[in-house]
Amino acid sequence: MILHTLASAGPISFSYDPQWRIVFGSGFMMSALLAGALISVAAGIIGYFTIARRSTFAAHAIAHIGLPGATGAVLLGLPVSLGMGVFAVAGALTIGVFGKKASKREVATGTILAFALGLGLFLARMSTAATAQLQSILFGSILTVTDGQIWGFAIFDVVLLAVMAIVYQPLLFSSVDEQVAQAKGVRIQAMNLLFMVLLAGVVTLATQAVGTLLIFALVVTPSAAANTLARSPRSAIAWSVVICFLSILSGLLLSSMFPAPPSFAIVAVSTLAWAASQAIDRARRY
Amino acid sequence: MNPASSPAAYGSPSRPIASFRDAAVKRGGRLIWSNGTFDVPAGSISAVVGSNGAGKTTLLNVELGLIPLSHGSVTVLGKPAGQMNRRIGYVPQSYASDIDANITAEQSVALGLHGSRFGFHRITSADKSKIAWALKRSGIPDKAKFRLSEMSGGMRQRVAIAQALVADPDLLLLDEPLANLDLAGQRDLADTLASLNSDLGVSIQIVAHDINMLLPILQGAVYLLDGHPHYSPIANVMDSDLLTHLYGTEVEVVKTPQGDMFVRPDPAIERRRPHLHTPLEAAEFHSDGAGGIESDAPSDVRPDPQEARA
Repeated sequence: MILHTLASAGPISFSYDPQWRIVFGSGFMMSALLAGALISVAAGIIGYFTIARRSTFAAHAIAHIGLPGATGAVLLGLPVSLGMGVFAVAGALTIGVFGKKASKREVATGTILAFALGLGLFLARMSTAATAQLQSILFGSILTVTDGQIWGFAIFDVVLLAVMAIVYQPLLFSSVDEQVAQAKGVRIQAMNLLFMVLLAGVVTLATQAVGTLLIFALVVTPSAAANTLARSPRSAIAWSVVICFLSILSGLLLSSMFPAPPSFAIVAVSTLAWAASQAIDRARRY
Repeated sequence: MNPASSPAAYGSPSRPIASFRDAAVKRGGRLIWSNGTFDVPAGSISAVVGSNGAGKTTLLNVELGLIPLSHGSVTVLGKPAGQMNRRIGYVPQSYASDIDANITAEQSVALGLHGSRFGFHRITSADKSKIAWALKRSGIPDKAKFRLSEMSGGMRQRVAIAQALVADPDLLLLDEPLANLDLAGQRDLADTLASLNSDLGVSIQIVAHDINMLLPILQGAVYLLDGHPHYSPIANVMDSDLLTHLYGTEVEVVKTPQGDMFVRPDPAIERRRPHLHTPLEAAEFHSDGAGGIESDAPSDVRPDPQEARA
């Protein structure tokens, strides 16, 4: 299908578009930027904990587990994000329950991930509508974000911030040192499940921008970059929100200047930010 | 609040720090240990000893109320196990593992103050001085701004001790604190623990498989023998027959004329090992046609001092 899209575009041209200001200033770009800002807040917060809890693979997997939900929703005529969200939360809880130990978690996560991808493909093949939607589910479509989606993002952010204001300390404690936190009365399994549900929510949001395949670059990569630069959990969270938003902003900017899909440009910038952070870290050490 | 003058409130030696009454633990259907009836005196430094898999860490987890008993009862600091955990500082054996969070020593210690509470907590200046005090007591006053991910295992362990200390515990539980430390580090840690005990009145229980470095500071030990935990003053534990039985290998308690005690494997075992060669002997081994020197092991195998002590 991707090949087909490329073929229909005729000879490959990669030229600067001098009219980019018009494209960038348009209404759908402003919606995309707003959606990007709301997604960055959620991804930056949860990304820090994803790294601290060593659950980066789970973040990647949850996006894929959402795939059959998304294609199934298309099949039933339901909103894609609803199906995606339901499957992502169910998958996240399954990983959370089965994967208490890191070693077991990898296997549990990978197994569910593979099954979900297969199921997603099966459901997609059952209808032409789902097949048609598959590319935007896999690679995102931030330029077609609707007002309804933006409201959904905003409500999610408010809920996430409220929950964080309450559980920040015990969540951090259990992320950094689970054994001591448990001895000090933190309900570590409750924290684990809460984290997984929040992660599933954030992944559902972020897939609408970059799709299930590229989710890592938006939820984990900016936080990994922030982690090497910042010196405290709070500043790392702030930095990862900023890096995440800058990736989306410059990605959208690049995609309006050049004929590159926004998802690619976003992922490229976030990867560059991470590479730069690693270079800075190395320079500091030697 | 002056942190330096806040000794543990729980100081009366008449009330034991931990009381086991016919306690038994099962995990996954398997009986770990049973018939545990003993008291650990308050204000003491004691070890928890036993062979691998005897249930030493399980015993700490029972005292923390994290593992339920299958029989009997355990009282810690006067309440059923698990109810007084805010008065207990716990240092698990996890400090050697990698840390992915970018957290500094100072921030880690702060979690010992507010980490288990919901809501936002600003670090007050009183908190800050308390954190600085805890880092100083655990011997790393200059490491506050270091990231845990940049620290060695030994340093991280001291951060963990500071985190346990910052909440003014009455009891410190340490799981294998000497593992991964070199000799100087082990001695430093023993000194630190002794001064915490004498200056602040903190009771301390230490899980250890090698107790030599701790012997000078220990007053007693819980020993896990044949599936039953017992407590005994250290002089009674230091018995060749008991330790031999406990570790399942020949062990000898040696007393020097100065009164120092140490534990070592039975000399008969040592004699069976290849001996360390003098340079002269080594030269013989490497010259052509070397012979005449008896060895029941390849010449390049040297006895491992760690192994010999264990």
